Amino acid sequence: MARVLMKGNEALGEGAVIAGCRYFFGYPITPQSEVAEYLARRLPQVDGVFLQAESEVAAINMVYGGSAAGARVMTGSSGPGLSLKQEGISFIAEAELPCVIANISRGGPGLGGIQPAQSDYFQSCKGGGHGDYRLIVLAPSSVQEMMDFALLAFDLADRYRTPVLIMSEGMLGQMMEPVQVREPVTERYEKPWATTGCINREPNIVNTLHLLPTELEDRNQHLFSKYARIAAEEKRAEMVMTEDAELVVVAYGLLSRVVKKAITEVRARGVKAGLIRPLTLWPFPDTHIQKCLDTAKLFLTIEISMGQMVEDVKLAVNGRVPVEFYGRIGVIPSPQEIERAIMAVAERGGLA
Amino acid sequence: MPKGYQRPSTLVERPWHFCPGCNHGIVHRLVAEVIDEMGLQKETVGVGSVGCGVFSYEYFNFDGIGPSHGRAPAVATGVKRVLPDRLVFTYQGDGDLAAIGTTEMVHCAVRGELISIIFINNTLYGMTGGQMAPTTMMGQVTTTTPRGRGQAQGHPFRVCEMLATAEGAAYVARTAVYSPAQVVRTKKAIRRAFETQMAGLGFSLVEVLSACPTNWGMNPLEALKFVEEEMTPVFPLGELKVPEGVK
Repeated sequence: MARVLMKGNEALGEGAVIAGCRYFFGYPITPQSEVAEYLARRLPQVDGVFLQAESEVAAINMVYGGSAAGARVMTGSSGPGLSLKQEGISFIAEAELPCVIANISRGGPGLGGIQPAQSDYFQSCKGGGHGDYRLIVLAPSSVQEMMDFALLAFDLADRYRTPVLIMSEGMLGQMMEPVQVREPVTERYEKPWATTGCINREPNIVNTLHLLPTELEDRNQHLFSKYARIAAEEKRAEMVMTEDAELVVVAYGLLSRVVKKAITEVRARGVKAGLIRPLTLWPFPDTHIQKCLDTAKLFLTIEISMGQMVEDVKLAVNGRVPVEFYGRIGVIPSPQEIERAIMAVAERGGLA
Repeated sequence: MPKGYQRPSTLVERPWHFCPGCNHGIVHRLVAEVIDEMGLQKETVGVGSVGCGVFSYEYFNFDGIGPSHGRAPAVATGVKRVLPDRLVFTYQGDGDLAAIGTTEMVHCAVRGELISIIFINNTLYGMTGGQMAPTTMMGQVTTTTPRGRGQAQGHPFRVCEMLATAEGAAYVARTAVYSPAQVVRTKKAIRRAFETQMAGLGFSLVEVLSACPTNWGMNPLEALKFVEEEMTPVFPLGELKVPEGVK
């Protein structure tokens, strides 16, 4: 297939089409709007439906209905819009409806700004809505991965009957890179549970109400046994020069590419540094972190936030070595800035 | 063919959870009868609501979805866009539809979404214990308007009149079930709403004025009389919009 120059948001949209998604319910918000605009052009070409909803709340509930009807469906938004969708996401997770939600995120809290940020980590990974549930959360770092993770997201969503969230910094949605366009996905999952009309079967019910206490607890146990299966099978991370690393940096998304560059520079200055880049923010790749504990004397988490993923790094490290944090808001720091930050931590820790 | 009163095959055989004198059971049955008569039981997807209608999927013998509070029209939109040949309808009360779900209701009508809404107006929130709804009438006492609804709480919301202004709304009617004649009219309205949808003519809604003896503090007969004498002057009965295709 062709290699073409694409914007991150467009690659995500085309990735959804390649994955067999034919329904997008969305609402305009910067810096996500090109996902909606691309699919408004693209979906009618493949007999799909693009519907601009009256609100973020309506959009996520249209996804609830479309997914219940058995289709591959998607919505996209950004920070404040994701906050509005959280009620619907809780229902979708409980009803075990597969769908893909893209957060082309921006800085908050409040209206915040449209600069790059990773400060939606908590609301994505810790259950932004009510009740006990998890989402699979994928963090692409290139325009190519915006496409590839769309394919992966739809597959994981159907395989586990669960919503999957793609979390990208706004900048990744806006930038252009060459993309190897993937072949259309033809594999389809059977959905005998879908509410499609009860021809030749008993009626199906998609529902989230469990008034009996025992039934409610059973439901939660069922969901969490599924989440345990996902955690056992789907943790993903890219490991860069971690084999002998004494200083292990943890960073994800577009930022991880800057960190990778800085690590190379720091290595040249004699610091044994490595990078763990989570591809799945949930399930969080704690096992990858634990593998580094034989050589690691220090961890450094770098985020475009005031420090959110660092809590998961600390849980994974479990007090065995110090975990430091460096964060910015609204900017992707330069390789030089990251290099200075790593060297400062290395010097304090006696590793430089 | 057995004669007399039969349970429609679209209704599951189980006891209602509704209070004595509540009109939900009648409206459920009318919906089931219409779907039986149209032969659409296997081709229907019903979307419930949150409130006294929350268990509708347990009574109807077709595929059902339980949505979040007020979002049924958006959920139904998602279903209908994926399955355009199915009969898709929501069953919502006045708290669900006319308060928290106002946006979803209005924009479904504005889009001319090919779904139907069965709207139960009993002037208050039934399941939570009789609080004021947007449809509560002036002076009416509820648990959150203990001295009666006054100017500070605004005026009753007339859903049909507002939705009828939307070009996408093809069939809009308000009915009641306080007498056998009104029950027959309500059934006809539900049929027309579903026919409007299946003919692709646009959005349809039937508002049914319903009795809530429990929260009104009345016996069932007093409650029916209240619908007829107190509610119909505020919420006039009739078909506000009928498309050519279903006349």
